[in-house]
Amino acid sequence: MNKLWTRTLEAVAKKPNAINIMSSLLAIVGGLLFGFILMLIINPNLAFYGLYRITVGPLSSMRDIGWVLRNAAPILLTGLSVAFAFRTGLFNIGATGQLTVGAFFALYVGVNWTWLGPAHLWVALLAAMLGGALWGAIPGLLKAFRNVHEVVASIMLNYIALHMINLMVRMTIYHPDERALYPASSARLPSWGLESVFSFPGMNIGILIALLMAFIIHLVLNKTVFGYELKSVGLSRPAARYAGINEKSRVVYSMIIAGSIAGLAGGVMFLTTGIPFRLSNVLLMQGFTGIAVALLALSAPLGVIFAALFFSWITRGGNLADRAYDPELIEIIVAVIIYFSALSLFMKQVLADFVKRRTKEDVQLHESQGDVS
Amino acid sequence: MSEIFSDLSFAVFWYAVPIMIVLLLVSLGGLMSERSGVVNIALEGIMVMGAFTAATVIYFLRQADDPMGRQWMVLIGLSVGAISGFLFSFFHAFAAVRMQSNQIISATALNMFAPALHVFMARTYIRGTDSINIRTTYRITVPILSDLPVVGPLFSNAFLSTYIGIAILIALTIMFYKTRLGLRLRSCGENPHAADSLGIDVGKIRYIGVMMSGLLAGLGGAAYMIAFDNDFDGHVLGLGFLALALLISGQWKPLRILVFAMVFSLFYVVSSQHGSIGFLSSVNLPSEVYRSMPFIITLVVLAFFSKATQAPKALGEPYDVGKR
Repeated sequence: MNKLWTRTLEAVAKKPNAINIMSSLLAIVGGLLFGFILMLIINPNLAFYGLYRITVGPLSSMRDIGWVLRNAAPILLTGLSVAFAFRTGLFNIGATGQLTVGAFFALYVGVNWTWLGPAHLWVALLAAMLGGALWGAIPGLLKAFRNVHEVVASIMLNYIALHMINLMVRMTIYHPDERALYPASSARLPSWGLESVFSFPGMNIGILIALLMAFIIHLVLNKTVFGYELKSVGLSRPAARYAGINEKSRVVYSMIIAGSIAGLAGGVMFLTTGIPFRLSNVLLMQGFTGIAVALLALSAPLGVIFAALFFSWITRGGNLADRAYDPELIEIIVAVIIYFSALSLFMKQVLADFVKRRTKEDVQLHESQGDVS
Repeated sequence: MSEIFSDLSFAVFWYAVPIMIVLLLVSLGGLMSERSGVVNIALEGIMVMGAFTAATVIYFLRQADDPMGRQWMVLIGLSVGAISGFLFSFFHAFAAVRMQSNQIISATALNMFAPALHVFMARTYIRGTDSINIRTTYRITVPILSDLPVVGPLFSNAFLSTYIGIAILIALTIMFYKTRLGLRLRSCGENPHAADSLGIDVGKIRYIGVMMSGLLAGLGGAAYMIAFDNDFDGHVLGLGFLALALLISGQWKPLRILVFAMVFSLFYVVSSQHGSIGFLSSVNLPSEVYRSMPFIITLVVLAFFSKATQAPKALGEPYDVGKR
């Protein structure tokens, strides 16, 4: 048994990926522990019930699993958007604004351009990407040519998008219920039978689109010259410039692509019925959850899949535990998980030290045993 | 209402001065942190935390509601907001200084945590809704001073926080430029290695910088809630981020920040009160245009002023002794 443990530790020590995964898992444990302590403080009698519902609750029915998959789609995409920008050394805190603009573009096409026939849905999704790309291009251009920090520019653009899209919706596709109209039936995401698999009427192919996007981004980042250039700009701008990479254009391209993915999230979220695009003066949460997703995944496109599923999972769990605790508890847990993943550099160091120490002790133990025999 | 505000100067004293004080407090808070070398985009979240704790305390103190008691409540609310901001910002300081983590990530965590905590606590403890309502009037009129010409309006229907804010701003500017602590703060943001070689504890100074920014942002959040958002729902609508933008467009210098704060607060008043300012309500632009105006203008200002940036040289870099 002890030997197995040592061997696992050695394997972990050899693979930096494994240490990354372990540090993310530690962040999750930390966040859940914080939530548990909060539950204990508020109502000790129900704390175990609450924790059980949050972590295991969504397993109770296929319908819940369907919910988790459907609601993972938008945050998978915004997470992908943030992760992609991270790899180029940019912090895309503007995903929520890009998502909003993408949602409007998608809904505008989805409501009005019914003459498109069978292509309607796909054109609406492309429109969503276009809207997000436009909104992502602005901070990219400002960063490359005016030296404006992309974080501050994106934050301003979030609020501009919030108010201006409210106005655009009010002028073009307004429903008196303080929301946008639902898209025409030809522009709604189909379910391709997933509806009956999960016996969940709200199910659609959004998650499949998001998964496809994650694989595409994975390939672009890891298997193309373009992706290599983007990553080298992210690692060191002067070095990239010295190697002959036009780092300004790469910054702009990176923000355009990140914006288009976040915009697609807007399309996937709102090209349905049941979840209306509401006029509000608060930014859409999904953009910020995307940041949490990307951080937990340490910006790896395939890791984003698991991180998005996890956050969607505990959100469902929080809803299932709402008899005991308010579901907003999950937002608190998510924030704490991000905080712990901010400490990931430190945690990785601790883990690496721990692994080194354990394996060394073990080697010494084996050597001394060898002497005896 | 539009009758009252046909005079723009009245709108200025009614709205622009209090909002300017809030922006200045938070922005100078950001200055303390960033001149010591730590990026602080958590200002928004810290403001929410300050506003939330102040609203909670005032909510429970509201039983005693005579005019004098009300100002005491304001004072207690402001102090609680400042203290909670101070304590809350510890987490950012710990991550940024002690753990040398990415400063934007830990600040993002704080920004997400504060509104979530507010909504959770409000729903759990206060009354089952998202907001904490402390709705009454907290404006005061100072007897003799309000009759003076010129500055009179500053003392009628004003907020206690305005005077506290002005006092703090003066004290802070002096501290920043005329004291040893101010010099140390600035040196840690410009060249921490040189500061270290002179025996300054860079970590300690940065802790002080970040936590002072937390104190000011918490105070600013509480002041904002008392003046403008009595039915507090966990959002300060981007004011913390505007204060940050103010800091950057003001090139991390107190007096320039003051100038920008004056301009911004005017635009902010126009954006939130356009319906009640006589000549603007006749122009009849959609309200969304007004609401996005402060943000559009900020973006344009940033595009013009960022090229030749005078940001602290070590801003955002964890201090690594080994790099000396």
